[in-house]
Amino acid sequence: MNSRDAIVAEIPRLRRYARALTGRVDAADDLVQETLQRALEKWRLWQRSRDLRPWLFSIMHNLHVDGRRRDSRIDFCADEDLPVPVQRASQHDALELRDLERALALLPPDQREVLLLVGLEELSYAEVARALNIPQGTVMSRLSRARLRLKAILAGETAPILKVVST
Amino acid sequence: MNTPISEDDLHAWADGQLDPARLMQVETWLAAHPERRAQAEEWRAQSARLHRTYDRVLDEAVPARLIPAANAAPYWLNALDARKLAAVAWLGLGAITGFFLRGETAPAPGPGMAAASLPRQAAIAHAVFVPEVRHPVEVGADQEAHLVAWLSKRLGAPLQPPQLEEVGYRLVGGRLLPGDSGEVAQFMYEDAEHKRLTLYVRPAAPKAADTSFRYARENGIDVFYWTDSRFGYALSGNTGREDMLRLATLVYRQHGK
Repeated sequence: MNSRDAIVAEIPRLRRYARALTGRVDAADDLVQETLQRALEKWRLWQRSRDLRPWLFSIMHNLHVDGRRRDSRIDFCADEDLPVPVQRASQHDALELRDLERALALLPPDQREVLLLVGLEELSYAEVARALNIPQGTVMSRLSRARLRLKAILAGETAPILKVVST
Repeated sequence: MNTPISEDDLHAWADGQLDPARLMQVETWLAAHPERRAQAEEWRAQSARLHRTYDRVLDEAVPARLIPAANAAPYWLNALDARKLAAVAWLGLGAITGFFLRGETAPAPGPGMAAASLPRQAAIAHAVFVPEVRHPVEVGADQEAHLVAWLSKRLGAPLQPPQLEEVGYRLVGGRLLPGDSGEVAQFMYEDAEHKRLTLYVRPAAPKAADTSFRYARENGIDVFYWTDSRFGYALSGNTGREDMLRLATLVYRQHGK
């Protein structure tokens, strides 16, 4: 099997997830591009017993976490000319985004990831646990909190909690 | 046997991740707890809303910068989506396409990828052939013995269409389709009101360990799907989720023997 072709065939799914995760087109495609580069560098190490898609999502997850750490440092610099960090952009543009995008941006990132991997990407709970490297019980508790909170945000029941990710 | 229903079960119900036996128990429990059912329906509605908002990304052209150079040549083949392949098959070119897909440029999907795209491909094939009035199938049920022998030969393992007469659906017939890793069979059923179901069957990817019974809604089509050691199955229809669950359970049981 040609792993490169298999990885390329996953691009539309990766873009969908990244778009929902970051709330921005360019930032999402940057994340996809980084994920693909990393995957192609590492694909020889890819164990056949692991499914390709959860593996790609796990790479994207790690890059996204790294990106959030970077972005939070940029936040402290407060330099408008720096590349727009994902988290900050989501908050900044919140009012312009449609309801769901805005609501997703208001979820804590770890809850948003689980919600999207389950609800949008339809990974099994076990696959999500593997992709995020967390126990399945944690997947379930994050999913539960995310769904509760998303409902509350969409219903306008809570004031938005803008969480600044710090290192 | 009767493990208490937990919140995890309700999430798994909303996400279509329960096995058939547990699904029955949870459905029964939910029938008696309408407020929890409403909550789980709400979760399911959230997922549907995510799809409505973000599925359009799947249909966008992939920016060139994302396509690794090494894949420039074979990429066009990947870029052909299943809808186009099904349409090509519909025009009678299925054999050629199928041949092409078996060629060396065709990527064999990874096991996870194969499992995950099953409901989508099944729903697309369903949407393409169900409206057909004159040619819904290639081989009609009047030649069932031939149909069974032919599709079993092409898919490489004995394949028997399930019997759904007891629930009012008769076999219309079947056809062979090109899937993304080779031959796929589609059986079509119809009830007295001409409502149609399709069962999409393709050889299971090696190492297809995930045998859970799952549900997906693809473009308004309800799809229940699962895998056994030989095949991946997806039952598609528009008769409502509850009805589809009943039918899928029946099919699952016949193939589980």
